[in-house]
Amino acid sequence: MSTFWLRWLFFVLVVRPGRGVLLGLKTLHTDRLPSRGPALVVANHNSHLDAIALMALFPLKTLPWIRAAAAADYWSAGGFKAWFAEHIVGIVAVSRKSPDGSRLSLEQVLGPVSDALSDGRIVVFFPEGTRGEPGEMLPFKRGLAWIAEQHPDVPVLPVTLVGIDKAMPRGEWMMVPRMCTAVVHEPLYFSGDPRAFGDEVRSVIASAIGTTAAVARSPETPERSP
Amino acid sequence: MITAAAQTLSELRPHLDVPVVLVLFGLWAFLVSATGISALVRAWRPGPAMDKVLTIARSWWIMAGLATAAMVAGEGWFIALLAVISIQALKEFFALMPTRHADHRALFWTFGAVPVQYVAVAMEWELLFLLYVPLYHFLVGPLRLVLRRQPEGFMRSSSLLHWGLMLNVFCLSHVAALLKVPIEGSGAGLVVLLLILTELNDVSQFLWGKSLGRRKVLPEISPNKTWAGLLGGVATTSVLAAVLTPILSPAGPVFGAVLGLALGIFGFSGDVVLSAIKRDVGVKDFGALIPGHGGVMDRVDSLTFTAPLLLWAFVLWGSL
Repeated sequence: MSTFWLRWLFFVLVVRPGRGVLLGLKTLHTDRLPSRGPALVVANHNSHLDAIALMALFPLKTLPWIRAAAAADYWSAGGFKAWFAEHIVGIVAVSRKSPDGSRLSLEQVLGPVSDALSDGRIVVFFPEGTRGEPGEMLPFKRGLAWIAEQHPDVPVLPVTLVGIDKAMPRGEWMMVPRMCTAVVHEPLYFSGDPRAFGDEVRSVIASAIGTTAAVARSPETPERSP
Repeated sequence: MITAAAQTLSELRPHLDVPVVLVLFGLWAFLVSATGISALVRAWRPGPAMDKVLTIARSWWIMAGLATAAMVAGEGWFIALLAVISIQALKEFFALMPTRHADHRALFWTFGAVPVQYVAVAMEWELLFLLYVPLYHFLVGPLRLVLRRQPEGFMRSSSLLHWGLMLNVFCLSHVAALLKVPIEGSGAGLVVLLLILTELNDVSQFLWGKSLGRRKVLPEISPNKTWAGLLGGVATTSVLAAVLTPILSPAGPVFGAVLGLALGIFGFSGDVVLSAIKRDVGVKDFGALIPGHGGVMDRVDSLTFTAPLLLWAFVLWGSL
């Protein structure tokens, strides 16, 4: 239990000030964030900072219930990084491949995410499966629809992240201060058709990429066309 | 009574002379009464316009509060506050600018210029303060872009980086550097003079323009700027500067009046140049951090022009 306090301190002393000073992260529609699990938070993925930024959208009192699904081959390879990812960031390790390199079934890959939702957690999940180039959203993999199908009662909360890809793009390890925006959309529930559901979530997330400038504009200010 | 309080405060914080403390008292008395009158007017005639005035006033309280607190706390705190403002202004600037993925590392070093510049101010390393951004960073910074081997858009990216640095770091750091100008009395007086003159110049140009402005100065750039606003504002600033300069600095009223005239024109220039930048990228404000004002860059836009003017005017005055 002692590591929970380390995690809490990390969020209080590092993540929250960093969110404000370095990312200048503005959240639109904070009221749509669930105050309790289970919930699946899905977003576009272009930066290592995305998962932490999404976890930091929630109030601190929700922190014990929040996890982020992350690739086991990258984050759980052992050593300090694995300890940090598991205890401080709070990841649900997802194995994309088995150790011998053979393909795994969706259930084998995403079982831990499904279990976390069954435990009532709020899980941050990136349906693209990996980080895209700045400003680009890759096609969704089948995982999101599979999880939603297992948990038709769990709300899926699409979030669009704008600007974080410029703060720390794929392939860069240095972070640059930047104004970023997170747009929280209305929650969606599994519609019964996996392909249509994936497309629906993707189009909701994509709808805010083009319209929301990375600047923190006040929501009541209408966009001006250049 | 008030003079006694100012004397006590000046003894506690020796870097603040008695006249500086008195002017700060006056400024707060002005803020209190202006806010009080606005609140009364709103109680009498409620409406969205008065709500907006009070939102703007509330933001002024926070900004004046931060500046006063940092100034009372000491030079180091004030310099640190300016460094934070520079970083925020850079963030707002580059959030709007069309930078490329290839500019990432160069952007990192652009932000790295902020500590260098403000340490140079704090340590009084004059040459580093003067040369770091306009010379060293100007020459060496583009090298970081060149190393990414992407000539397409190089000229645009290097211009954006240099513009951002010159405005938000080099020019803005002059506000903090005023603390170190070698004249009799305290540098804090010059900072207070700069902030009061610049902000009241903004406000009076706005009010003059609102009350009797018709002919526009630069309608394509800034549709709200009128000749009446510009001339009325500059005249008001000049009169105010003639009164305040002898109180807050060793210079006399004539120097003050001329300084106020130049400062009014420079403040206007900063306003419209930054308006042109915003118009170019198609936004109205640089951000929404300060309710009623926009972003930090929207508030410091005229300061980026007036701070260097005031600093070099006093250096020139001191050398005569």
